Amino acid sequence: MGIYELSAKELGEKIKKKEISSEEVVNAFYKRIEEIEKKIHSFITLTKEEAIKQAKIVDEKIRKNEPVGELAGIPIAIKDNLCIQRIRTTCGSKILENYFAPYDATVIEKLRKADAIFVGKTNMDEFAMGSSTETSYFGLTRNPQNLEYIPGGSSGGSASAVAAKEIPFALGSDTGGSIRQPASCCGIVGLKPTYGRVSRYGLVAFASSLDQIGPLARDVYDCALLLKIISGYDEKDSTSINLPVPDFSQGLQGLKGLQGIKVGLPKEYFIEGIEPEVEKAVKEAAKVLAELGAEIIEISLPHTEYAVATYYLIAPSEASANLARYDGVRYGYRSTFNVQRSTLEEVYERTRGEGFGVEVKRRIMLGTYALSAGYYDAYYLKALKVRTLIKKDFDEAFKKVEVILTPTAPTPAFKLGEKLDDPLKMYLSDIFTISANLAGIPGISIPCGYTGGGIHLPIGLQILGKPFTEETVLKVAYAYEQTMNGKRITDNDK
Amino acid sequence: MKITKKDVEYVAKLARLALTEEEKEKFCSQLNQILLYMEKLNELETKDVPPTSHVLALKNVWREDEVKPFTHTKEILKNAPEKEGNYFKVKKVIE
Repeated sequence: MGIYELSAKELGEKIKKKEISSEEVVNAFYKRIEEIEKKIHSFITLTKEEAIKQAKIVDEKIRKNEPVGELAGIPIAIKDNLCIQRIRTTCGSKILENYFAPYDATVIEKLRKADAIFVGKTNMDEFAMGSSTETSYFGLTRNPQNLEYIPGGSSGGSASAVAAKEIPFALGSDTGGSIRQPASCCGIVGLKPTYGRVSRYGLVAFASSLDQIGPLARDVYDCALLLKIISGYDEKDSTSINLPVPDFSQGLQGLKGLQGIKVGLPKEYFIEGIEPEVEKAVKEAAKVLAELGAEIIEISLPHTEYAVATYYLIAPSEASANLARYDGVRYGYRSTFNVQRSTLEEVYERTRGEGFGVEVKRRIMLGTYALSAGYYDAYYLKALKVRTLIKKDFDEAFKKVEVILTPTAPTPAFKLGEKLDDPLKMYLSDIFTISANLAGIPGISIPCGYTGGGIHLPIGLQILGKPFTEETVLKVAYAYEQTMNGKRITDNDK
Repeated sequence: MKITKKDVEYVAKLARLALTEEEKEKFCSQLNQILLYMEKLNELETKDVPPTSHVLALKNVWREDEVKPFTHTKEILKNAPEKEGNYFKVKKVIE
């Protein structure tokens, strides 16, 4: 078995026991990256020199039996909207093509303290606006499970890197499903924490009331391991919450069954438009949880059908304000068109017109319109009110159940190019993930099957929990994963 | 059509976005299509529903106003498209 096949947990143990050095591990992953990166394009920037340097420092500490962090010597990939000091942070955009972050994001600081090794920055939809990683200025990413299909988005580079074993785990960000949906498409595990669990300081803002940073990994345990490191209060993010951080991975050990856990199946998630294979796989997963002792209860989230419209008013509105900072003054691209004769205002307009891609411009237009005089009440305020109703649906449901089980997406990954020119169709593919962002609750996506017909695409199971109950969400996911291990999850070709 | 090309030009001006003719046409039809879908929200009566701009029950978060050392000036200026000394340089703003 190659080094790159090992999980983060296994790598960490071997490095600490001196069975293998961090340098060897890091080199093994770069070798793997060199072999397959041409086919899938998970990364925008690779930082090999710096990574090897850091690995040697960790190896030296271990050799001298000095104390090391919890992720000592383990390589990790970072979505390219998270700032790492002195490394390029592009957000997949031309406007930030040459932006070098002058500081570390809080999650990066925490990973440094844990002695993790940063291998590179992963590809993403421009400014995290997309569900397919096709809108990156630096070119698209392919799904390692089937190269003709999208890896999902916007954290598609992080998901494809984990799925192709270019890295044991990675960080992504999730504003409307951007961790869970690519995890589902690529057949890995991805978790969006509760809003406020992880500091957003150093995450390039898209929609500030919805954005959360979270882990993508090959299994639930590694996901929990990484979540613990990045969680916690940060005075630099006034929306991060001062609550104790549980030892998420420790909590999984010795877990036996799911007795007493109530699991809700919302009827509004199994409707027309959902692919039969997806429905079948999720319902089978519910049966597995029932066999483990969980009680399955049908519930209702009546405002589900309004989530897409609500989200695609709120998120672009917040984005149009957040992206006002890209004006070519302090950093980023500046247009040089007709430079002698144009006014400052024309420079702003040109810079933004040339620097942003089409999807980002479309959303800035939509958000600006929804916030503009005469339309604010009809669109933005209306959406905020419906957001209250969507949140109430969950409050009510969580009086009856501890977790909610749904498909992560109505279909498996779609073909490259299939929805690129139809924005509404693309937006509708987020239907099952965005409610969690609107309500601020945690959610995980884990693989629960494959499609048939020789196409062989993974199907994702989403488990949603009450605010700040990532422990419960992880436990249910872990119990399911452990039961399915070795059994091979539903494969319609077999 | 709810949104006309003139509306698109007005909103683009508000957003400080220079759009090509082709983009204006495309956004005009796509924004109409998207906003038509948003009409769905009007099926719901929300007169007495309070808005949720944020899921956390946060009010102002206060802290002491303390001076902390700042050492990244050079690195920040490295990203500037144009600079002079320790300043960002832009076109003349006042006539």
